[in-house]
Amino acid sequence: MLLNKLNKIILALTVTLFLGACATQQKATTTPTDDAYTGTETVKYLADGVPDRVFFATNKSDLTSAASATLAKQAAYLKANPNLNVVLEGHADERGTREYNLALGERRATAAKNYLISNGIAANRIKVISYGKEKPANPASNALAWSQNRRAVTVKTN
Amino acid sequence: MKYKILKIIFIFFLLTQKTFALVSVDITRGNLDPLPIAISNFYLDTTITENIKKLSIENKIPELIQNNLTRSGLFFALEKKSFIQKPDIAHNRPRFEDWAFIKSQVLVTGKISLEKEGRLKVEFKLWDIVSATELSALAFYTSPDNWRRVSHLISDKIYERLTGEKGYFDSRIIYVAETGPKVDRKKRLAVMDQDGYGVKYLTLGNELVLTPRFSPTSQFVTYMSYYKNLPRVYLLNIETGIQDLVGDFPGMTFAPRFSPDGKKIIMSFAQDGNSDIYTMDIKTRIVEKLTDHPSIDTSPSYSPDGLQIAFNSDRSGFQQIYIMKSDGSNVKRISFGEGLYGTPVWSPRGDLIAFTKLYKNKFYIGVMRSDGSGERLLTENYYQEAPSWAPNGRVLIFYRETPSDVTGKGGGAKLWSIDLTGYNERLILTETDASDPSWSGLLSVK
Repeated sequence: MLLNKLNKIILALTVTLFLGACATQQKATTTPTDDAYTGTETVKYLADGVPDRVFFATNKSDLTSAASATLAKQAAYLKANPNLNVVLEGHADERGTREYNLALGERRATAAKNYLISNGIAANRIKVISYGKEKPANPASNALAWSQNRRAVTVKTN
Repeated sequence: MKYKILKIIFIFFLLTQKTFALVSVDITRGNLDPLPIAISNFYLDTTITENIKKLSIENKIPELIQNNLTRSGLFFALEKKSFIQKPDIAHNRPRFEDWAFIKSQVLVTGKISLEKEGRLKVEFKLWDIVSATELSALAFYTSPDNWRRVSHLISDKIYERLTGEKGYFDSRIIYVAETGPKVDRKKRLAVMDQDGYGVKYLTLGNELVLTPRFSPTSQFVTYMSYYKNLPRVYLLNIETGIQDLVGDFPGMTFAPRFSPDGKKIIMSFAQDGNSDIYTMDIKTRIVEKLTDHPSIDTSPSYSPDGLQIAFNSDRSGFQQIYIMKSDGSNVKRISFGEGLYGTPVWSPRGDLIAFTKLYKNKFYIGVMRSDGSGERLLTENYYQEAPSWAPNGRVLIFYRETPSDVTGKGGGAKLWSIDLTGYNERLILTETDASDPSWSGLLSVK
C-alpha cells in the first residue's frame, strides 16, 4: 500500500517535472491507477444487495473503497450463513502477458480473501483460484471491458 | 560483430576443404538480398517400384526443401520452368553455364533409389554455380512415408553449408490450439512440424491448458493445466502420452520451463498473493526455492549454460526483467527502457534475451543482451507475446492477438515468426487459433 502510494507520488512528480522541462517530448505514461470499474454491469449477486465481485485498477491488486464496501457486505453475508464456503476467483484483463496475469489474478483474489478474513471469516472457508486473463466476463477489446475483467469474484462452493 | 566472426570462420572452413565457395549467405542482413537458389526435381532411379512412384516424392521433397529455405527469408527460389537441364543429368554433373544463365548461384539436385527391405535412399548434392564445384553430397536412408523428415534434414544441411550456422527445419512446435467463444475458450495442446504440417492434438480440451514448453533434450513437454480445477504444472511425454503432475504444491504452480539439461523444471508457485520461483528435480523431486520476495516473480528462463536465470518481477513497482545466478543469488534488474517488460527467454546461443514489451498500449517483441544493453524491438502490434527461439537462435516464434468487437467477435490468436534481424515476419498457418508456441530442439540430435 505504502509502496503504491509512493509510486503514485513519484510518478506524479516525474510527470510534472518532465512537462515543466520539456513540452515537446512525451514521457511514457504508466498505466492509469484510477481505472477500476464502478458500475453494475456483469455483476451478479450472492444474495439481495450482496454483489459477487470487486474490481481493480490496471496492474493493481489493492482494494478500492468500493471494493472494500462490497467485501464488507460479503463478510456480513458469510457470517450470517456459517455453513457456506466460497472460492475467490481472481482475474486480469487481456492487456498483459499470460504468466504475469496468472500471478496478478492470484494476488487480487488473495487481497479479497484477506479482507474477508480480517472481517471475521475463517480462512478455511475461503479458497482462491486465479484464471489470469483466461475467462473474461466481457469479451470486448475496449477499456470498459478490461475494467470489468479486472476482478475478483466470490463464488459459492456449496 | 559476432556474426562477422562466424562468417570469417565459415570462409576459413571452406578454404581448408579446398572447395572454395564464392557464394555464401550473409545472415546479418535478413531478407534484403536473398540468395538465388535453383532446386531441381529429384529423379527416381530404376529400382523404384510403381507403388513408390505414386507418392511423387521426387517432386514433393524438393518442394518442401524449397518451402523451408524460402521461408527462412535468406533464399530466393528460381522458377522450375526456367530450368534447362533434366534432374538426372544435372545430378550427375550440371552444365554450370545453363544454371548461371538463369541467374542461379546455387543448385540442389537429388536422386531416390530403393534399397533392401524397402528402404529408400535419398541423396542430394549441393552445387556452387559461381565456382562450378560440388559443395556437399549426402544420402539419407528412410522408409518411404518418412520423406518429410528427410526433406527437413536436407534443408538443414543446405542451410548449414550456405550460412555457416546450424539449421532449424528438423524441429517441431508445441502450442495451444484455441476454439470457441472468448468467454468460454476451449484450449488443447497441439504439436506440429515447424512448417505447420502434421498437427497432433495431445489433450481433449476438457480442461484449460496453458504455456507448453519443450524439453531441450527429449520428447517431454511441461505445461500448466487446470485439471480438476487445480492449476498445476504437469510433465507430458508426447511419444507415450503419459502425464505426470510435478507442481503439486499447496497453491497454483505455473510458468514452467526446463533447465538446459532437461533434468529440472523451473516454475512459479503462487500462495497467499505472492509468486516466487522454484525448481524441481524431475527424478528426485527435490524442490529448491530460488526467489523470496513479496513481489510477483515469474516467467523464469535458464541461460543455455544453466548458470543464470532470467525472470519477470514487479519488485520495482512494475513488470521488469531481472537475471540471477541459478542458485538465486545476485539478482540484477536488466530492463530499464520505458514501458513494461515480460516473458524473458534466453537465446540458445546465450547472448540475447527475447522479451515482450508493453509501451503506450502497444505490444512489442524484442531482444536485448543479457546485461540489458542493446535493446532492439523487432515487431509492434496490438497484442503479441511469448517469444520462443528456433533451435539455432536465428528465428523467434510468438503469438499475436487481434482485438474483438463489442460483442466479443473478431478477436483471435495466431502464430507468427520473425527473423532476429526484424525482417521476414510470417504467419504460421494452423487449423485453429493458436497461442503459446514453444520450439523444440533439433530432432536429429536427440
